[in-house]
Amino acid sequence: MARITAGVASSHVPLLGVAHDFGKDKDDYFGPIFAGYDWTREWEKAEKPDVVVLVYNDHASAFDMKIIPTFAIGCGERYKPADEGWGPRQVPDVIGHPDLAWHIAQSLILDEFDMTIINEMDVDHGLTVPLSMMFGAAEQWPCKVIPLAVNVVTYPPPSGNRCWALGEAIARAVASFPEDLNVQVWGTGGMSHQLQGPRAGLINKAWDNMFLDGLVGESDHLRRIPHIEYLRETGSEGIEMVMWLIMRGAMGKRTAALHRHYHVPCSNTAIGHLVLRPDNGEGLDMTGSGAAALAAE
Amino acid sequence: MSGPKDIHSYLAEFEDIPGTRVFTAARARQGYHLNQFAMSLMKPENRERWKADEKAYLEEWPLTDAQKAAVLARDYNTLLDLGGNIYFLSKVFSTDGLSFVQAVSTMTGVSVEEYQAMMNAGGRSPEGARSKKANVAPQGSEDTKGAR
Repeated sequence: MARITAGVASSHVPLLGVAHDFGKDKDDYFGPIFAGYDWTREWEKAEKPDVVVLVYNDHASAFDMKIIPTFAIGCGERYKPADEGWGPRQVPDVIGHPDLAWHIAQSLILDEFDMTIINEMDVDHGLTVPLSMMFGAAEQWPCKVIPLAVNVVTYPPPSGNRCWALGEAIARAVASFPEDLNVQVWGTGGMSHQLQGPRAGLINKAWDNMFLDGLVGESDHLRRIPHIEYLRETGSEGIEMVMWLIMRGAMGKRTAALHRHYHVPCSNTAIGHLVLRPDNGEGLDMTGSGAAALAAE
Repeated sequence: MSGPKDIHSYLAEFEDIPGTRVFTAARARQGYHLNQFAMSLMKPENRERWKADEKAYLEEWPLTDAQKAAVLARDYNTLLDLGGNIYFLSKVFSTDGLSFVQAVSTMTGVSVEEYQAMMNAGGRSPEGARSKKANVAPQGSEDTKGAR
């Protein structure tokens, strides 16, 4: 059976893609940001996930104002990096897993989540930057990816509670897929940032760290944070953090943190990164990767 | 749960945030053609036509005169007021060769150098920037509060 073995949360600032693609990842500005991902790159090499369900938002790339799906799942064979106005990133095409994706899509709809199904689209920095951060430069991405796009641009986005519940439903769907697959769920975007208006540049370290704390362990209080709190406390674009709750919901009742990283600033944004294991009694070494020793380092 | 009980109070609260234009359905309707125009700059051939003659390119889109003037002036705060969304407007400033930091700083009333210095020092504090109502105090414009 397929099973979810880990959750990864990360910001997806487009400038990280630029820094990565142009070899600036060790300089004074970007060095401390990328250093926080070194642990994860080593860990991912040991984990060898077969599939990542990658929760992200499109930034006016694949979707314009004509159609605004709240939750959309990519069921296609492959996706090209989008041209976001300066030519597409020179990173590998993203290879889908249509069998699992369609299984999840069907299961979610029967579970009363009315998903939009996407067979063709380009994927923007929201999806490709996290892949670069976790896997570094690659000829091919080391796993299949199921894009799960969430509307967090046009209000209202889905509630935090709905996102968490969607994560729970994704976990049920994965658990009923017959093939043996090691599946991770990633939640991307955030943390605090505001890209518009006179209040642009807002950063809230205390709130961001409260949010990181809340993803670890058994508490589920984060699912009840209303949109207005994200807006007031974390800036207008901080609302992206509801996507992390899809990942958290998919982890089950309890989580254990393997790795945590927080840095201000990257461009206009606070960078947050967290690696979680479902704390389900199987222990930190549930994949046999030796991650417990790595986490103890 | 975390959803609102009443849509009117849900939307009304957004107007209480200083210096922020939440991209509501009303703004999405007002700015529909503005945002779709900006989106069109995703295509290289459109960028070339736009750069060759901005005014002529804008005439192809049903924007209001105020929207057209604000686009030509790159007045991003006014464009937000007229229904623009920052991810769509980013196609305009990317075509101009500006980064997010460079473009975003123009909305804050400080120079790009001062804005970058603020970010490097930890960003704008949320203190005093959460609520207009809570800020009703005799010290100047709501919209610039919280700047360090």
